[in-house]
Amino acid sequence: MGEAVLELEDVTVRFRLRRGDLTAVNGVSFSIARGETFGLVGESGSGKSVTARAIMRLVPEPPGEIERGRILFEGIDVLGKSDAEMRALRGRRIAMVFQEPMSALNPVFTVHDQIADALRTNLGLSRQQARERVIELLSLVGIPSPHKRVDSYVHEFSGGMRQRVMLAMALSCNPGFLIADEPTTALDVTIQATILELITGMIDRLGMSLLFITHNLGVVAHSCDRIGVMYASHLVELGNKHEIFARPQHPYTIGLLNSIPRLDAQARYLTPIKGSVCNMMEPPTGCKFHPRCAQAMDVCRREVPKFREIAPGHMAACHLHGPG
Amino acid sequence: MTAHAAPSGRLIEVEGLTKHFTLHGDIYSRLAGEKAQTLKAVDGIDFHIHRGETLGLVGESGCGKSTTARLVTRLIEPTGGAVKLKGEDLLAFSAARLKRARKEIQLVFQDPYSSLNPRKTVMHILSRPMELHGLARSWAEKREKVLELLHRVGLNVEHIDRYPHEFSGGQRQRIAIARALSVDPELVIGDEPVSALDVSIQAQILNLFRDLQAQFGLTYLFIAHDLSVIRHISDRVAVMYVGKIVETGPAAAIFETPLHPYTKALLAAVPEADPTRPPPRLTLKGEVSTPIDPPPGCRLCGRCPRELPVCAEIAPPLADLGGGRQVACHNL
Repeated sequence: MGEAVLELEDVTVRFRLRRGDLTAVNGVSFSIARGETFGLVGESGSGKSVTARAIMRLVPEPPGEIERGRILFEGIDVLGKSDAEMRALRGRRIAMVFQEPMSALNPVFTVHDQIADALRTNLGLSRQQARERVIELLSLVGIPSPHKRVDSYVHEFSGGMRQRVMLAMALSCNPGFLIADEPTTALDVTIQATILELITGMIDRLGMSLLFITHNLGVVAHSCDRIGVMYASHLVELGNKHEIFARPQHPYTIGLLNSIPRLDAQARYLTPIKGSVCNMMEPPTGCKFHPRCAQAMDVCRREVPKFREIAPGHMAACHLHGPG
Repeated sequence: MTAHAAPSGRLIEVEGLTKHFTLHGDIYSRLAGEKAQTLKAVDGIDFHIHRGETLGLVGESGCGKSTTARLVTRLIEPTGGAVKLKGEDLLAFSAARLKRARKEIQLVFQDPYSSLNPRKTVMHILSRPMELHGLARSWAEKREKVLELLHRVGLNVEHIDRYPHEFSGGQRQRIAIARALSVDPELVIGDEPVSALDVSIQAQILNLFRDLQAQFGLTYLFIAHDLSVIRHISDRVAVMYVGKIVETGPAAAIFETPLHPYTKALLAAVPEADPTRPPPRLTLKGEVSTPIDPPPGCRLCGRCPRELPVCAEIAPPLADLGGGRQVACHNL
């Protein structure tokens, strides 16, 4: 693996809510190498989006707080940056695309105005240069007749085209790192296929690194090199995608893979994970997955398992793979 | 609740079912004398479901799947066509007969957060349909039936006096399913009943649908946009595209040898949870066609990789290919 662009070490994010404290991200550590695509997978509320927001320093404080840990982006500690320094980083070095383009884009400005604004602020382009660059970006992300569409408003685009606009905006200042937070979740499957192809193609062509956040294991199977699986605020497994799909080690990952209906063969019954996700306000002691785990042991109820390497490059947090 | 015997035969038959919405536009366009447009949400579809069978209806947003569900339950009135329930014309039913038909057809919706009344307890939610259809009289009888329903869907007695907000999404969907079962229906229509759920919970609910079908001989019309879910749950499948059924047949046949270019495209676009499978790709050009004043001819015109001159002129009818398969494509 090449040099790490992004390193997370023991990142813990807590929200102080009126009802009590909620730890949304709990001791998460992973790194992403230059040019690598990394998929962070988990179900609703597992902490994957908060992890992404912590990297961008977009966790609202208060009520949120990055309680401990380090986030190094190209060797620089993001958590020590001032707001002004963060603004210089966002967009230019790290960009983000979101799930809902309709709410992430501004409905009262034309597509040109919102992308050009970023270009002029971040890169100091002139009005004319910015306009040309916007048109170039729109054609890069595959929007037909960009000369005409550049002055359209967001509502005049279809869902897939809006996601293209958002991607054009994210790529506008040539960032080296892209965070995509469920970018295809709201899209139909045929549109999803084109957007995935576009994102992975762009990352490849521009030599960028990607953090891809999704609940869809099918999506990460095809768009990422390595995968991290989150459950109830913890990173529970991490490894090369072929390794994770062929030899999953954490009972949660195994359960998740067994829960997915397959296209190629019709299993009469799925083997779902029993129960439901724990209440994050009152999480269980020890391993958070133990109440749903068929192989839970005494130690699982007492101690949080350490995240440790169980095969080269393959990590898991499970007492089944503990020493002794 | 009684277990049904499962006699064969068609429980429901739909012929030429059509729903057009007239779009009048805003006052300015009307003053400007612009003509009203027609949105052909469902445009002449035929299908049937045998007793005890699951028909999976699959398609992308806006293809008319949910409108079909609402037409079949007569929650909205069709523009044309026929819906026959056990051979009787549902569309000709009197109000009283329709009420009885509603007991035979029940719906489970996508979002269990908006389909359950937040101010009512589970006891109320599950017993009210029984009251309305005169299936239970005394409180004790109702409570007993509600308890049995809860048990059937994997909930228990401690849940009976709780409110919907006290449940997780998966549990709420169990309540919605119990409500559908409360009147002992024959046909259950699921309109994207698992799409709002996380994958581990989705698997639980899919298994529940299967168990209940085996126990009570239920007939399902299962609507979903997720092809893997449709593959998993369906005996037969109908694929919709912009108001038309383009292909229908046994699930295994459709998934193993799709014939219509749209079905092929849908299947090729699914990202399978297996990195050794081919990556998802789009085999069609452009984006979904509009159902507003669609041109004559095949709805896939302009997107199809195998387009013929005739495709733009004449809409291909669903042609029988034997083995229960029907495909609407000029190429076959």
